[in-house]
Amino acid sequence: MKRIIFYTNQFFGQIGGEDKASIPPRIEDGAVGTANLFKDKVEGEIVATIICGDNYYAENIEECREFISREVERLRPDLVIAGPAFNAGRFGIACGDVCSFVNDKYGIDTITGMYIENPAVEIYKSNTYIVETGNSAASMRKAVPRMAALANKILRKEEIGLPEEEGYIPKGIRVNVFHEKTGAERALDMLVKKLKGEEYRTEIPIPVYDKVEAARPIKDLKKAKIALLTSGGLVPYGNPDHLPAATAKFYKKYPIKDIDRFAEGSYESVHAGYDPVYANENPNRILPLDLFKELEKKGEIGSLYEFYFVTTGNSTSVADATRMGMEIAEELKEAGVDGAIMTST
Amino acid sequence: MTPISKTVGAIRIVPAVAIPYPVGNPNESEEKEREIRERIVREALMSLVKEY
Repeated sequence: MKRIIFYTNQFFGQIGGEDKASIPPRIEDGAVGTANLFKDKVEGEIVATIICGDNYYAENIEECREFISREVERLRPDLVIAGPAFNAGRFGIACGDVCSFVNDKYGIDTITGMYIENPAVEIYKSNTYIVETGNSAASMRKAVPRMAALANKILRKEEIGLPEEEGYIPKGIRVNVFHEKTGAERALDMLVKKLKGEEYRTEIPIPVYDKVEAARPIKDLKKAKIALLTSGGLVPYGNPDHLPAATAKFYKKYPIKDIDRFAEGSYESVHAGYDPVYANENPNRILPLDLFKELEKKGEIGSLYEFYFVTTGNSTSVADATRMGMEIAEELKEAGVDGAIMTST
Repeated sequence: MTPISKTVGAIRIVPAVAIPYPVGNPNESEEKEREIRERIVREALMSLVKEY
């Protein structure tokens, strides 16, 4: 009977929400939490479920890898399944890292599932099988059978087909295939279609890498105008403009001219991707306005821009984030701002 | 979340304390927290004057 180890986080492992995101890894016998959805679909036995807090993994990668190594060596699985993480950044990183390092270190097959825009995809897609899923746990019903199907092919040691066929995100591997027409003929066919305005399919999509050119350094901080931004969802108490807890498509700006720190009780975090208790106790832990005001008073920086900008960086789409960034940059340029500092959670 | 920042192409990245409190640490005294906050803020400002 093939043996499978399942990896998941504190939420899908039914321990708790954000308040439990800092729990160290632990292992339970058999299938726990989301693993139960896979139990009857995979052609193997889920011998154990490893559960780890998302924050803990992100902040203690070496230690978590050691924990997982010990368990892998003890249990000798044929396959490791992690997630699915959908669009969750920290969980995605954890799943990607688990799958990637177990595969590298032990040559054991691994599989996980993520939404195409999950930042972990770019990092780990070449090192494991990432099945493409929807962007939230609402698509769990579709994700599980897709992941199970590919897992079973892997367990049966069958040949894994192309990404489009099997439903995983392209790993960047090239294989030789035979075609009836030569490359030159196929290219011309494509060109003719393109000129005619007909649909055609490229054989090699050129990868688009985000390359941001570094802004020139500030010459003199003492004369510089600095703007503050955060993706931590920090808003005036009561969230007057209804900044969403996730998938934000807009940002807001709020005045900071007449205050010299964020007072507890006057500001709060509406970001649903991290436990807000520490932010609400002292909002300066999210955006250090207190420090910046001091530096401004002492003359170590020229001045602070009179507004701070905020959005919720939780499952924000790349397109929306890029647009927001450009809009904010326009305003900052108009206002003669020299540098911007953003905190993210 | 430094790895994410790197992936999306950010250039000046300063590692922070933790996800729920990037520039603070509720496990420390208020004094110590301020020190931590100041250190990270200064590091960030330094990166603004550095060439990349």
